[in-house]
Amino acid sequence: MWSLSNIATSIDQWLNETFNPTLALILEMLIAGVAVIGLFAMLGLILVIMERKVSAWIQIRLGPNRVGPKGMFQSLADTVKLLVKEGMTPGGSDKLLFNVAPFVAMIVAMLLMAPIAFAKDFQLWDLNIGVLYISAVSSISVISILMAGWASNNKYSLLGAMRSGAQIVSYELSAGLAVLAIVVLTGSLRVSDIINSQADGWWIFKGHIPAIISFVIFIIAVTAETNRAPFDMAEAESELTAGFHTEYSGMKFALFFLAEYVNVFIVCALGATLFLGGWMPFHIGTWEAFNHVMDYIPSSIWFFGKTFFLIFLIMWFRWTFPRLRIDQLLNLEWKYLLPISMFNLLLVTLIAILGWHF
Amino acid sequence: MFLKQYIKDVWGAMKSLATGMKRTGYYFTHHKEIITEQYPDNRDTLVLPERFKGEVVMIHDENNEHACTGCTACELACPNATIKIITKFDVDAETGKKKKAIDTFVYHLELCTMCNLCVEACPTGAIKMAQTFEHSVFDRSQLTKTLNKPGSKIREGVE
Ligand code: SF4
Ligand code: SF4
Repeated sequence: MWSLSNIATSIDQWLNETFNPTLALILEMLIAGVAVIGLFAMLGLILVIMERKVSAWIQIRLGPNRVGPKGMFQSLADTVKLLVKEGMTPGGSDKLLFNVAPFVAMIVAMLLMAPIAFAKDFQLWDLNIGVLYISAVSSISVISILMAGWASNNKYSLLGAMRSGAQIVSYELSAGLAVLAIVVLTGSLRVSDIINSQADGWWIFKGHIPAIISFVIFIIAVTAETNRAPFDMAEAESELTAGFHTEYSGMKFALFFLAEYVNVFIVCALGATLFLGGWMPFHIGTWEAFNHVMDYIPSSIWFFGKTFFLIFLIMWFRWTFPRLRIDQLLNLEWKYLLPISMFNLLLVTLIAILGWHF
Repeated sequence: MFLKQYIKDVWGAMKSLATGMKRTGYYFTHHKEIITEQYPDNRDTLVLPERFKGEVVMIHDENNEHACTGCTACELACPNATIKIITKFDVDAETGKKKKAIDTFVYHLELCTMCNLCVEACPTGAIKMAQTFEHSVFDRSQLTKTLNKPGSKIREGVE
């Protein structure tokens, strides 16, 4: 059967037959890097058009409908526009930091791609602390935001960066605790172990109440962490304009913009992996016949289907809820999400020890 | 009790969020009722809502008569000094009595915010909001308009 892992294996074999192992490894790394960059470009194009179409449908509008069939090439045209725009560096800014910041954001996103399993046996790096790696590396992205805000030499950018920073740092706690719930249930930090443990049902069903609570908390926290509405404090209308990236233009702005969408994809992929079984098809306990039918759908389709379902959910939030004020935002995190997720973690531990999950 | 209130708050919040998502979810799945107009394409069939306000015009009937008495209530009501009423005195042919009447109703479209206050203020209903738009011109002096048509006069019986 056709699958991503077959393609990867045959490329690996061919390279190893043709070149010596070191060169083959280097070439494989290069291919992986190019593939990740290609995936980013595709994600940027697809997610932007998806966002605009979803928002149009929810607001009973038509959305983009001029460029290409049903406006589907709109994001391509936008990309061309951003490419030919002038990329300015304001005078008085810290030139190095200013120009490096968008790349830091992108590099963090690229690093996060490593432990994500896109299909059965198709993963860049199945390291034994996968989940820990993701939560550790994703917190670096706050540095790029602070860098951008600080280097812009602009009070509003600095304020915007501080607000985004405060928001990301505080919501990371809840997101981490929600992730920990699944780690406790699985007993492993390795991504492949977590997926394999869901072969007889996804954790959101198997772990019932605490899993659902942590799923809700996870979705809320990552929406905040990716700086999306209703938590887009960075982009308040009057006083902050576009938050930390006020001074960015052209391609450098596009990199921040792309990083936001890629981050949305990553957190949704993580959510799909932890709660919805990653590439694991929909299995119910010991129903062999049913499980077998489900196995016929390729695993990559399962993975991308679940991920895009979560992305759609986050977009749905954006076009439904009004923006929160900064004090409401911090209240929500420190007074509600954090205590609940701590309590929930206790509950999960209890359930895992007593074996009350299915 | 504090904990009870806390749980009630969380539950209430979740419920109200779900209500909002149900509404937008309904819109998302019922994408037939598009409310936006495809403006330049549908110029011929464009339907403007009844309350759309384009510019202030003066109502003239078929005898080229209007109902404006020149009372300047609209000029006073306008927050932007958009309207300037220039009055004159009509002399009644039979009695020889002088009567205040309008000479020119000057309207600066470029200053108007379409707030409708002048229409509200007019005691005789002489002006109304028209549904025209596409007002852009190359020379802003063209936006200064005289609303009473040349040769028009006040309708009989309007005080
Ligand atoms: S609509 Fe408002 S701004 Fe325009 S002329 Fe009337 S009162 Fe003045
Ligand atoms: S338009 Fe109406 S309010 Fe204005 S001067 Fe004439 S009668 Fe008076």
